[in-house]
Amino acid sequence: MTAYLIKNVSVVGAAPTDLLIRDGVVAQAGPGLSAPDAVVVDADGLVALPGLVDLHTHLREPGREDAETVESGSRAAALGGYTAVCAMANTSPVADTAGVVEQVWRLGREAGLVDVQPIGAVTVGLAGERLAELGAMADSAARVRIFSDDGHCVADPKLMRRALEYVKAFDGIIAQHAEEPRLTEGAQMHEGEVSTRLGLTGWPAVAEEAIIARDVLLAEHVGSRLHVCHVSTAGSVEVLRQAKARGVRVTAEVTPHHLLLTDEVVGGRGELGSAAVAADWSPGASYDPVFKVNPPLRTAADVAALRAGLVEGVIDIVATDHAPHAVEDKECEWAYARPGMLGLETALSIALEVLGPQWDLIAERLSRAPARIAGLTGHGVDPAPGVPANLTLVDPAARRRIEPAELASRSRNTPYARMTLPGRIVATFLRGEATVLDGKAVK
Amino acid sequence: MIRHLLSGADLDAATATQILDTAAEMATVAGREVKKLPALRGRTVVNLFYEDSTRTRISFEAAAKRLSADVINFSAKGSSVTKGESLKDTALTLQAMGADAVVVRHPASGAPHRLADWVDGSVVNAGDGTHEHPTQALLDAYTMRSRLGRLAGLSVAVVGDVLHSRVARSNVLLLSTLGAKVTLVGPPTLIPVDIAAALAPGTAVSYDLDAVLPGVDVVMMLRVQRERMGDSYFPSAREYARRYGLDGPRLRRLPDHAIVMHPGPMNRGMEITPEVADSPRSTIVEQVANGVSVRMAVLYLLLGGNNR
Repeated sequence: MTAYLIKNVSVVGAAPTDLLIRDGVVAQAGPGLSAPDAVVVDADGLVALPGLVDLHTHLREPGREDAETVESGSRAAALGGYTAVCAMANTSPVADTAGVVEQVWRLGREAGLVDVQPIGAVTVGLAGERLAELGAMADSAARVRIFSDDGHCVADPKLMRRALEYVKAFDGIIAQHAEEPRLTEGAQMHEGEVSTRLGLTGWPAVAEEAIIARDVLLAEHVGSRLHVCHVSTAGSVEVLRQAKARGVRVTAEVTPHHLLLTDEVVGGRGELGSAAVAADWSPGASYDPVFKVNPPLRTAADVAALRAGLVEGVIDIVATDHAPHAVEDKECEWAYARPGMLGLETALSIALEVLGPQWDLIAERLSRAPARIAGLTGHGVDPAPGVPANLTLVDPAARRRIEPAELASRSRNTPYARMTLPGRIVATFLRGEATVLDGKAVK
Repeated sequence: MIRHLLSGADLDAATATQILDTAAEMATVAGREVKKLPALRGRTVVNLFYEDSTRTRISFEAAAKRLSADVINFSAKGSSVTKGESLKDTALTLQAMGADAVVVRHPASGAPHRLADWVDGSVVNAGDGTHEHPTQALLDAYTMRSRLGRLAGLSVAVVGDVLHSRVARSNVLLLSTLGAKVTLVGPPTLIPVDIAAALAPGTAVSYDLDAVLPGVDVVMMLRVQRERMGDSYFPSAREYARRYGLDGPRLRRLPDHAIVMHPGPMNRGMEITPEVADSPRSTIVEQVANGVSVRMAVLYLLLGGNNR
């Protein structure tokens, strides 16, 4: 196994030092290290972070290998600085049995670029009618601990209560896609000024907030762990703040796109939260389905509340909701397009843009906290002697223009096309093996 | 001149007025024995209709034919990504056939905007989902101007299912641009959120039709689909008609000069009674005739007929 000597790297923003990676772990840390057999990585000006952990990734395999495979998604993840991703259950067939979650887990092992941790469906076929065999998935080789019907809400309150209770037996967690389906029938974008102007059916903020409010009460009632996927509204942040203050065991995620983009882009107007990024960028024509996502892009006030909630810790983590889609599912009328955006290869850049070089905060929100929530031991640990060498090196001074054709994902549906974003992943290591070097995937 | 007509917002006051003035000239053709001008000879206009709309399609067809354009009617009802050819492939087909203008009616809001990205010719939005129908707004403005002599300063009430109405959105945009004041009237469930901020700052909203009627020059009734009550927008057709329907007693609350409009097709007995629809105040049949003149003007100007 190749040893790596990383020279003059700033570990999570600290003064430059050296890291020696050998036999899968960080063997030594300190200035002036030497190791004649090691490959030297000049990391002058680079920041080392614990490998990023994504709690919300759609890898599309099995079923839509034309949009993404476990391997292509793993490569995109490694290039984005990730060492572990949690694969959502809405594949075809749905990951609602031990067989399917073990298949995804095995494909992840074979690709060997990141640890792929399958998420299991809460209900059979994501239909929201009866519980899937959660225990069988927990006991499988994939050792599933997170369960989610993501893409669909577990809307039935009795079923949600039972799911929350049932997974306590194996310290599981329910990750809820919070969307009251009766309030979002036919919904196409955030309900507000822009949906009125564009004549698109609105997705009201209250449809998300009502479910989160219900679910934190249910989780409190049964004493279970709840995780809220892709929080998108200021009102949701407020509901979560109150629940956390009461001691409810709830965690929450926000996506990079909800931290940067607003519903104005759907109408072809480029009101971004960040002037530096927006300087040479415009969203182009209106009704471009590359901006269609569920939950939808919200208003500038929501973006501000989400950013504040993330800094404060009301929102625990950034999760990508990486959602690859084939060209034909986006190059069509808005109403017929599938919702979702790519995210793995741009998440760190968005976090850097939104949070600035607060490296400890970035490490917490993109690595340590998601690893804790998912129970992924060996991930989310700052590089130090003796810990598994799951880490990534970032060049914070670099700026790069996003070109869809250059992404490693099989799909091209990035909302950041032609945007110039800060930061670049230079190298990523998974248990001491380089998955990315010089900004390129090793395999 | 603009290249496409996708939204009422594409028209500034000068352009809109130019279209209305041109339509007035076109209207004189309809009175002749030979109702045809050579302006668009050799040009191809495609009517691409993804929704049934006989009245709009034949209005555009008559307009194009009176200008001597070649007209291709392409009915693609029910088509979508799940059934048959994609909109993009259809666009590329029309492009290859040399369409100079594509008139498109589509159930999805924004479909004409997508199409405009994919073809070189002009795209005319003939109604997209619950978004806009700009030529309807132009023919409504034309009708108001010819009946009342002006648009600036007029007070116009638009009554009914504003939420799902493409006619209402285009009218709010165009009438505001031309200096009229619009009041939207309907049950709160059928008035979209933030409508004034979304479309035109001066737009007013009222839930009380009787209070609005005495102060208006124009009352425009929108079609209200009975199916909406299944979705709890209002309790029953009867209650809707009682609160927001235009009947004889309400007609008599209008100022003497005020006119009654309806884009059609009407639900007689729902939003409008036969007594009102057939009264001399009603411009409903006139609107249909004006539709051809206005669409002639739009096609003529978009296709550069004035430069040839």
